[in-house]
Amino acid sequence: MVLTRLFYGMLIVLAVSVLIFAGVQLLPGNAATAILGQSATPDAIRELNLQLGLDKPAVSRYLSWLFGILHGDFGTSFSTREAISGPLFTRLGNTLFLAGYTAAIAVPLALLIGFISVRYHGSWIDTLLNVITRATVALPEFFSGYLLILIFAITLAWAPSNSSITADMPLAAKLSAISLPCATLVLAILGHMSNMTRAALIAAQSSAYVDTALLKGLSPSRILWRHVLPNAIGPIINVVAINLAYLMVGVVIVENVFVYPGLGQYMVDSISKRDIPVMQDCALLLAGIYILLNLLADVMALVANPRLRHNR
Amino acid sequence: MIDRRSFIKSAGALSIAAATSSTWLGKAFAAEAEKPKKGGHLVVGVDNASSTDRLDPAFWFETYMYFVGSQLFNNLVEIDENAKLAPSLAESWASTDGSKTWVLKIRQGVQFHDGRSLGAKDVVYSLNHHRGEKSTSPVKGYLDTASSIEATGEHEVTIKLTAPDVEFVWLLSAVHFAITAENESFDKGIGTGAFILEKFQPGVTTLTKRNPNYWNSERGHVDSVETLAMNDSTARVAALVSGSAQLINRVNPRIVSRIERMPNLKLVRAKDSMIYTFPGLSNLAPFDNIDGRLALKYAIDRQQIIDTVLGGYASVANDNPIFPSNRYFAKDIPQRPYDPEKAQFHWKKSGFSGPLTLNVADAGFPGAVDAGQLYQQSAAKAGINLNVVRVPDDAFWNDIWQKKAFVSSNWANRPTADALLSLVFTSQSSWNESAWHVPAFDAMVKAARGEPDEARRKQIYHDIQVMLVDQGSEIIPLYADALDGCSTKIKGFTSVPGMPLSGNRAAEKVWIEG
Repeated sequence: MVLTRLFYGMLIVLAVSVLIFAGVQLLPGNAATAILGQSATPDAIRELNLQLGLDKPAVSRYLSWLFGILHGDFGTSFSTREAISGPLFTRLGNTLFLAGYTAAIAVPLALLIGFISVRYHGSWIDTLLNVITRATVALPEFFSGYLLILIFAITLAWAPSNSSITADMPLAAKLSAISLPCATLVLAILGHMSNMTRAALIAAQSSAYVDTALLKGLSPSRILWRHVLPNAIGPIINVVAINLAYLMVGVVIVENVFVYPGLGQYMVDSISKRDIPVMQDCALLLAGIYILLNLLADVMALVANPRLRHNR
Repeated sequence: MIDRRSFIKSAGALSIAAATSSTWLGKAFAAEAEKPKKGGHLVVGVDNASSTDRLDPAFWFETYMYFVGSQLFNNLVEIDENAKLAPSLAESWASTDGSKTWVLKIRQGVQFHDGRSLGAKDVVYSLNHHRGEKSTSPVKGYLDTASSIEATGEHEVTIKLTAPDVEFVWLLSAVHFAITAENESFDKGIGTGAFILEKFQPGVTTLTKRNPNYWNSERGHVDSVETLAMNDSTARVAALVSGSAQLINRVNPRIVSRIERMPNLKLVRAKDSMIYTFPGLSNLAPFDNIDGRLALKYAIDRQQIIDTVLGGYASVANDNPIFPSNRYFAKDIPQRPYDPEKAQFHWKKSGFSGPLTLNVADAGFPGAVDAGQLYQQSAAKAGINLNVVRVPDDAFWNDIWQKKAFVSSNWANRPTADALLSLVFTSQSSWNESAWHVPAFDAMVKAARGEPDEARRKQIYHDIQVMLVDQGSEIIPLYADALDGCSTKIKGFTSVPGMPLSGNRAAEKVWIEG
């Protein structure tokens, strides 16, 4: 079961790689003119195209790219002429760090909010939490990001407005540097996760066994914890995984607002320079992570709910 | 020997001066306070950075690398605060053979960051780096006329040109002509500059430390410089306002007034740094006749664009690509006003009636879309139907510029009048954005370049400007200022005409007070 899913996952990655490659070919302009910008002379463009191997047919370029990746070779950047894997994994590490920190705060917080909403379902606490989380969902990241900068960086001066981190910074300094982008991302995903958690728990709560448990005289907290949660865990894991995947690929705007050296910024950069190998690698890496997280969600749901393990 | 009588006279004069003029003392104190202070860590936020940046000047295309590169490297010459040519690694220069042969004397006792000492061979190697068939360097064209670059002594370089060029040495002030040691890779960043490279992370940050052996004792005050890549203009301003950066470049003209209202911040304005242009292809209607061009020149309300789009931080240009800070700028040519009636007259005379499409993108120049819309309104009052189309920034220079009849574009100030004219307006130039193929014009540009007599040169450049103002196929509405912002604790940040960030050398010029 898990193996078939893994196989399908890899098949999807392969399909995505074709889409990425084809999509990049369709972009207007080519690498040589984009790298040289306004200062591109016909001579320079011709020379650069030749150096970059852009005169070869697309299929052979695709196959050599794929072959390289399968052998752990991510190719050479068009504009720096250096191996991509170095910066690629540094950037990936930074993005994972930001996403991980955000997840470590957002996931428990979202679950907690979901629990409290359900425990006090229909009361003013539920309504208040609902209003707040829905409001944060409605705010786009670039807006909430600038709002946080205005409040916490400019007015209160509690946190830096830019999050430029380097490898040799101590962990505490790094965590403080990324506090604002992390807060922005928490705001972005918190509402969705807590609302879905709440919905899943409420759905499970309307089952007959909950009535039985009530009649047995169990306390509401105990019912929620022991009876409702195990039955709602599948959808909750699903929404958490989707949000984590969103965290990985949706940080582009946040990385640009906060000057954070992550994968998203790297990708945007290389798009504007038409650095095709870097664009392709970044896109494939992000797609792979997205697919992997979804796969993981499925597997976790299987583990949590034995009924799903059998075809009916 | 001072006799008693004259001693009393001068002592008396001195005491009178001291008694009557307290400002004299005040000035002395002011000078004392402006004395550079050593030390401190400077954090700068600069845009146009990319993860594909390299330290090699043949690959510098944008501001971030200009600024970082200028911390590490020196040029042979530089442009000073009065828009004059000043010595740097070249102490002096002279030409013979009717300005076809140039001899540069290289400064002695200068050390590279790794301890090697600077000689003529390093200069030859560094200049040759931009030449050759395979070079993609943006300044390759500046050395096209050089037939040989040779070391004619330990500290003497001789450059021979195929055609006379009176202002040749000015071209060497272009930021790309950085000097590194012979046979050294530029990507290692070994220069003679005020700062030594500690860490370079393309598109993220660069850290440099002060060079203790810097040859220019008047510069290089801060201990270290961190240049952060901040491409987002809001992020830059937020960093400046919140104190995360002490100095930023390219402040958005729309928020300049907010920065000016803050007591702890100041704005540094380098006047006339860019021309924003609307080139029309002169071989296509309506630009294929003088009346079509004149109509569009009269139909633009230059001042309105400056006030609305640039917040007033620009000055009116007269379709003249020569900058006012240039010594050959023709002040006496009357400024063409916005005149809908004259525009209408010429438009009718041009015989062109259909709508004219103006392709604008902010890649052309920042604010081009808004400027295009204002142009549309002012032209409509003259009965000219401008169809303003916003095109994507992506591939703008490839698919729109030089391809469509009427577009937006821009040019940064260049070291000499000739550098811009032969880059954008002569027939054989590959960047001739208005398809301006006029043999008489080419002849004038060539004549001015080699004309040794200053008065005659001035006259030729005057004629060139008259020709472009009256007949040229480019609408050049304004000269835009470069706007940098810094904390008031930053001192010594001077404005170099036509160039941002104090001629890219702000890092070595400033010091931190308090």
